[in-house]
Amino acid sequence: MKKRVDMIVQSVREIALDTFEMTLQNAETANTAKPGQFLYLSVEGHTLRRPISIADADPESGTVTILFKTTGDGTKHLSMFCSGMNLDVIGPTGNGFYCDAGTVKTALLIGGGIGVPPLYYLGKELRKNGIGVITVLGFQSKEYVFYEEMFQEFGKAYVATNDGSYGYQGYVTDILDQVGHFDHYYSCGPISMLRAITSKLRTHSGSISLEERMGCGIGACFACVIPADNEGGYRKICTDGPVFAAGEVRL
Amino acid sequence: MIDLSVDLPGLKLKNPVMPASGCFGFGREYSEFYNLRQLGGVIMKAATGEHRLGNDTPRVAETASGMLNAIGLQNPGVEKIIANEVPFLAKYDIPILANVAGSTVEEYVAIAERFNRSESVNALELNISCPNVKEGGIQFGTDPSMARDVTEKVKAASDLPVYVKLSPNVSDIVEMAKAVEQAGADGLSMINTLTGMQIDLSRRKPLLANQTGGLSGQAIKPIAIRMIYEVKQHVAIPIMGMGGILTAEDVLEFLLAGASTVAVGTANFQNPYVCPEIIEVLPNVLQKYGFDSVKAAIGKGHEA
Repeated sequence: MKKRVDMIVQSVREIALDTFEMTLQNAETANTAKPGQFLYLSVEGHTLRRPISIADADPESGTVTILFKTTGDGTKHLSMFCSGMNLDVIGPTGNGFYCDAGTVKTALLIGGGIGVPPLYYLGKELRKNGIGVITVLGFQSKEYVFYEEMFQEFGKAYVATNDGSYGYQGYVTDILDQVGHFDHYYSCGPISMLRAITSKLRTHSGSISLEERMGCGIGACFACVIPADNEGGYRKICTDGPVFAAGEVRL
Repeated sequence: MIDLSVDLPGLKLKNPVMPASGCFGFGREYSEFYNLRQLGGVIMKAATGEHRLGNDTPRVAETASGMLNAIGLQNPGVEKIIANEVPFLAKYDIPILANVAGSTVEEYVAIAERFNRSESVNALELNISCPNVKEGGIQFGTDPSMARDVTEKVKAASDLPVYVKLSPNVSDIVEMAKAVEQAGADGLSMINTLTGMQIDLSRRKPLLANQTGGLSGQAIKPIAIRMIYEVKQHVAIPIMGMGGILTAEDVLEFLLAGASTVAVGTANFQNPYVCPEIIEVLPNVLQKYGFDSVKAAIGKGHEA
C-alpha cells in the first residue's frame, strides 16, 4: 500500500539566490528513497501538491533533503516553513535513476539550475558503488550556483553560467567535449537543455529526468504525460518517470 | 445508527460518496492507498470510441482555491476500458458508472451500446460537458435540442440508466436539465467544470497549452450548489452533485441543495484518502445537523 506520510522540517536555509535547501525527518522515507525519486508535498492553502526531487537521503539520521527554487506562491510559502513544522508528503514517488554497475564504470552527470539536486544523491550512490563521476553543472549566473564543492568530492566538476559571471561562459553543452570518456550520462534540467544534450550525445547511452505540472502525482489524472513511441503513444512523468532513457520519450 | 444508503435508478449505493470522473482514472492508482470497497461507487474516466491522446502539456494550472485542467479526454478507448479496466473495478463489488464522451451522436450511441453489452457497468454518465475538446462534447451540453437528441438516442440504444452530466457554462441550467429529463434521462450529474484561463506573465500567453481549461475545486462549489438548488425545483429525476467537495459538511450542503449522491474530484489530488475520510465522518456530520440518514437530508435546503 502507498501512503501519505508526515515529515518534520528540521532545517530550511537559502543556499543560493531564491534557492532553498530543506531537511525533513522521516526514517521510513529516508530508508526507501532512491535517487531520481521525488516527494509530492502539500502546501496549505494550495490545491495542487508540489513535486520536488530528492537531493539527498540519509538512512542513519532518518532525513531527506530537498532543494527548491521560489518561483511562485507555493514554493515561497514552503521556504517560510520553520524547524519542527509538519509537511504532508506523498512519496518517495516515481521510478528513480537506473544504473547498471556492470557496464557503467564512469558516469557523467549534467544538471541545469534546479535540475541539479537529484544528481547529487545519484552521484553519492554511484560513488558508493565504485563508479567514477564527472559533473557538468549549468546555472543562470553566479548568484544561483550551489553544491559545486559537494560535486567536486565525487570527481571533476565543471560549472558554466549563462552570463559568464562564474566558471565557463555558456551552456552545459559547450563543455561536453572536454569531459573525456564516460559510459552513461544522467541529466536533469530545463527541457531546452535536455533537448540539446540528447541531441548532442545521441550516440551515448543516457538517462534524463523530466518535470511537468502535475495533478494527482500518482498516475491517475493524465496531466503530466509526454509523447513516446511506445504502444500507448505516451508516458506518465509522475509514475513511468520522472526518469526516462534518452530517446524513450519525445522532448 | 445513521443510514448512509441511497437508491437511485440502477444504483444501490451503500453511501453517497463516489470519486468523480477524470480525477480517479480507473481506480488502480487509488487502490494502492485504500480498499476501494469503501466507496459508494466509482465513476470511471471518460471513454471515447477510439483511443485518445489528449492535449499538449501543460495540462493543469493551479488557481486560487482551485485548478484548471485541459487533459483532453485522454483514454484508451471503450474496448480497452471494458477489457482491462472494468474487470479490475468489478472486483470491489461497488456500482460502476461509465462516463461516455463522443464527438458525434453516433459515437455516443456506439459507446453506450458497447457498455450496455459489457458486464459489471451499472449506469452511464453521459458527458455532454467536457470543455477541453475541439469537437463535440460541450456543444451537446450547451444547446438544449442537441442535448435532448443525444440523450434520447443513447437511451434508445442502451438499457443502462443514463445520468446526463451538465455543463455550468450555460446561461440557463434549468432549461438544459428539463430538456434531458424530457428526453428520458434517469438522472443528472452536475456540475462539470467552468471554462477558464490563466495567462503566464513572463511568457505573455495562456499557461495551458490548450489555452482554456476547466476550473474545478473549492472555488466552484457555490456555483454548483446554486445550480443544483435551482434545478431541483424544476426536475423530478435524481441529481448526482459535484463541484469543489472537500469535506463531509460539503456533502451535506449538496444533499440539502437537492443532490441525492455526490462525487469528489479535485480533492483527491490534495488528499488521496479524501473519499474514505469523508465517508467515515459523514454519519457524525449528519447527526450533528439533525439527520438520521442521507435520504432524510436530500432537498431539505428547500423547505421554508
